[in-house]
Amino acid sequence: MHLDHHHEAPAAVSADARRPDGTRRALRIGLGGPVGSGKTATVAALCRALREELSLAVVTNDIYTREDAEFLLREAVLPPERITAVETGACPHTAIRDDISANLEAVEDLEDEVGPLDLVLVESGGDNLTATFSKGLVDAQVFVIDVAGGDDIPRKGGPGVATADLLIVNKTDLAPYVGSDLARMAADAKAVRGELPVVLQSLRSEDGVREVADWVRERIAAWTA
Amino acid sequence: MSRAALLVLADGRFPAGGHAHSGGAEAAVRAGRITDAASLEAFCRGRLHTSGVVAACVAAAAALGVDPGELDRAADARTPSPALRVAARRLGRQLTRAARATWPSPELDAVAALFPKGAHQPVVLGLAARAAGLTALDAAYCSLYEGVSGPATAVVRLLGLDPFDATGVLARLADEVDRAAREAVETAERVVTDGAGVLPARSAPLLEIGAEAHAAWPVRLFAS
Ligand SMILES: Nc1nc2c(ncn2[C@@H]2O[C@H](COP(=O)(O)OP(=O)(O)OP(=O)(O)O)[C@@H](O)[C@H]2O)c(=O)[nH]1
Ligand SMILES: [Mg+2]
Repeated sequence: MHLDHHHEAPAAVSADARRPDGTRRALRIGLGGPVGSGKTATVAALCRALREELSLAVVTNDIYTREDAEFLLREAVLPPERITAVETGACPHTAIRDDISANLEAVEDLEDEVGPLDLVLVESGGDNLTATFSKGLVDAQVFVIDVAGGDDIPRKGGPGVATADLLIVNKTDLAPYVGSDLARMAADAKAVRGELPVVLQSLRSEDGVREVADWVRERIAAWTA
Repeated sequence: MSRAALLVLADGRFPAGGHAHSGGAEAAVRAGRITDAASLEAFCRGRLHTSGVVAACVAAAAALGVDPGELDRAADARTPSPALRVAARRLGRQLTRAARATWPSPELDAVAALFPKGAHQPVVLGLAARAAGLTALDAAYCSLYEGVSGPATAVVRLLGLDPFDATGVLARLADEVDRAAREAVETAERVVTDGAGVLPARSAPLLEIGAEAHAAWPVRLFAS
């Protein structure tokens, strides 16, 4: 194999687990969910928790600004060359599900330019409860809702809540102020999700992202096994 | 040759990244040049007969088997705005990926290897048409049609324009698209014998200027 010649090989077409040069590509995890639920805050917390042990990069999909990318840059959770923003043309769900080409390119360019990478986090633009990631783009997806959006969201279900590989119910610190019943949210989520995991978290608490970071570590272990 | 393959390639849902681009419509809306169906029609007509025709000739020539590298250089020379060159290559790269997955072909593999960051989109469109068993005329139609349907769709999102009105604009442009497609094929046939120098170099300065301004906006809905 001629590793030094890989730039002459055509780029991968789909979600092949191998890069054109034959090496294993990074695990890709998508984070979706309604506007303001805490996707960027979770990405930032994950970067801080994992950056010492994993080679990381982030792709953001802002709807009409670069705010998420700029927030991550300002917070200095990763060096700037590891953060890329994709423009989505007013349709965040199209860019992560129906026409994933711009996101695939962003992921592959990151691997080419700063790689090798272990993990790429892809944050969707804030959307509605039906937005899910294509399996052609990510290997696993996390759906982030918060307690302030109403404690009936888990009951209402929808593809994100029901089928995501991990459901995060974020901002549990706010539950007393917005009158959300956490036990009920957990029970409703269990009812629509069966065995799929649910994490209730507050990023305001010390080490609030620990459970989610552990879940990511498990996925990485399975990916590289 | 399959009619259905043409529908696959021409479908606005073909996953080649076009949904994130407005074809200059976002800049024109902001500048007050597109405000309603009539001004959308004028915009699309202008685009059709300038950059649209150039792109269609390039696509048709690529479909006839003209060297992609030569066509790509010709397209670069006919696209003054750096922002539009970037957008054309980005869309070309995305179309390469989608076309290779849909109609695997050694020619598409070769263009992917030669232009890892993307060739101009019309070059790739012509090669995709070839790979799909389509003609140069089909390639010209796809290029011209997406050149007007992209802005029309974007304006529905940007202005809340009635989607029936936007579709009516496209229907009214149909005869002009037919004529432009036939002319593009005639030009492309001359490119086969006389080289890329005979490609037209029509351009719309406001599209170029608008694209440069748009690329510098901090807040925008579309990538171009
Ligand atoms: N109280 C509280 N606030 C939080 C928590 N997590 C995030 N926030 C705040 O919620 C707001 C929105 O968080 P983001 O991470 O930007 O949400 P997002 O889902 O990325 O938002 P969009 O990308 O705009 O859809 C910010 O002000 C965060 O600081 C939490 O656990 N508790
Ligand atoms: Mg965000």
